[in-house]
Amino acid sequence: MTQFSELLQSQFLWYALAAGLLVALVSGPLGCFAVWRRMAYFGDTLAHSALLGVTLGFIVQLNTTIAVGATCCLLAILLVYLQRRQKLSVDTLLGILSHSMLALGIVTVSLFEINVDLLSLLLGDLLAVGGRDLLLMAAAAALIAGLLYWLWEKLLAFTLHEELAAVEGVPVEKIRLALMLMLALLIAIAMKVVGVLLITALLIIPAASARRLSQTPERMALLASAIGCAAVVLGLLASILWDTPAGPSIVLAAALVFLLSQFYRKRAA
Amino acid sequence: MQKITLELHAGEIVTVIGPNGAGKTTLLRLLLGLTRPTSGTVRRRPGLRLGYMPQRLQIDPSMPMSVARFLQLGQKREKGESRVREAETMAALERVGVAPLADASLAELSGGEMQRVLLARATSRRPHLLVLDEPTQGVDVGGQGEVYRLIATLRDELGCGVLLVSHDLHLVMAATDQVLCINQHICCHGAPEQVSRDPAYLELFGDKVAPYTHQHNHEHDLSGGILPGDACDHGHSHKREGR
Repeated sequence: MTQFSELLQSQFLWYALAAGLLVALVSGPLGCFAVWRRMAYFGDTLAHSALLGVTLGFIVQLNTTIAVGATCCLLAILLVYLQRRQKLSVDTLLGILSHSMLALGIVTVSLFEINVDLLSLLLGDLLAVGGRDLLLMAAAAALIAGLLYWLWEKLLAFTLHEELAAVEGVPVEKIRLALMLMLALLIAIAMKVVGVLLITALLIIPAASARRLSQTPERMALLASAIGCAAVVLGLLASILWDTPAGPSIVLAAALVFLLSQFYRKRAA
Repeated sequence: MQKITLELHAGEIVTVIGPNGAGKTTLLRLLLGLTRPTSGTVRRRPGLRLGYMPQRLQIDPSMPMSVARFLQLGQKREKGESRVREAETMAALERVGVAPLADASLAELSGGEMQRVLLARATSRRPHLLVLDEPTQGVDVGGQGEVYRLIATLRDELGCGVLLVSHDLHLVMAATDQVLCINQHICCHGAPEQVSRDPAYLELFGDKVAPYTHQHNHEHDLSGGILPGDACDHGHSHKREGR
């Protein structure tokens, strides 16, 4: 136990916790949109381009989070554009982009002989979050939260029926882009927490767990945030106690909450 | 689509009919501003409020949303107005006869209930023009006539113009002021009785609307079989249900 109390005094742990909570807070409501709009694959595609972002950041000597954020945002814009132009189904389009981005990332890594820690990229490196990272993450999370609050009603209307929303004056294309950019930003900051492979899990699982316990979209969004935060705390604790990798532990904790939520029965109205 | 001119007036129900691929939906999208015309113009009265009822609403069951919330969605949230909004919502639901569904989950409605809720939403903002895309989609045959009667009542109550796209010809004819029959261009238009006699209309829909008449020399029992002792001499076969 003395070991544990010593750990509690170390800065990296608090940084890790703060970073995890920040990401969980905004991934809750964004995850709800991912579930409502069935966009899980979108998140995956954006995440797959993160490796390319890392290498590009390395080449132009830019902070990794910023480089990944910029790459994901560019891909998000490209996706929105292609979706309008192409005759291919969204599914196919995403499959093409997702894997070619991943391949491009790996090829550039070897071409420029960049020394990246693939494992920490894929699974997250929460305990290595530094002060500067935390500041960047806080800024991105604040931006996402602000946008969500400001656009909430429009995002909901857009999610329910795009054309109905358009007739009623919602700038549908702008809202679509905003949602994609928010997702891109989230992926840039969530990469440190759970890694490229598990980002979709952090997006989807808390939202899905919140569904059974919610009667309004707002409640579902807030609950998803809360569940995400609980998963971060539990996962981090497990990681310290049993020396397991932090990112996967957080995802497992979230999955556990999801399992439990399935036993919740709706009270009779 | 070409050479289409149409004017919509307050208090008038105009129905657009036409075969599949005739451009009914395109026309609707143009009027709603969802598609821009390659040539030609759409002129609206300044400040015109549109109420739009889409063909259907597919909601993911993972979205928790009540009918009442759906009706209020996207409206400006101003302080002190929630009571007014609440009352307007209930009034809109009552007009279409689904007030008890206010707290029901949107994802759990039946087809007919959903159509009524969509109609309530389209009318909740007291529109000047109500645009309805196949308003009886997913409604069972018995309920369809009711929906059209409801639309006529709403028109009287709100004093709005109504534009609807449909292909249930019989029902529409009974509840409309003007019919516009299109097939890439306007085939014919006018009052329903006038249109239903128009050669262009008959050419498009003739076989579907001509009532099936034949001489009867026998009587049918309740299940459609021929009563014993009657001979049958006309073209169709009668299946006698065995006991």
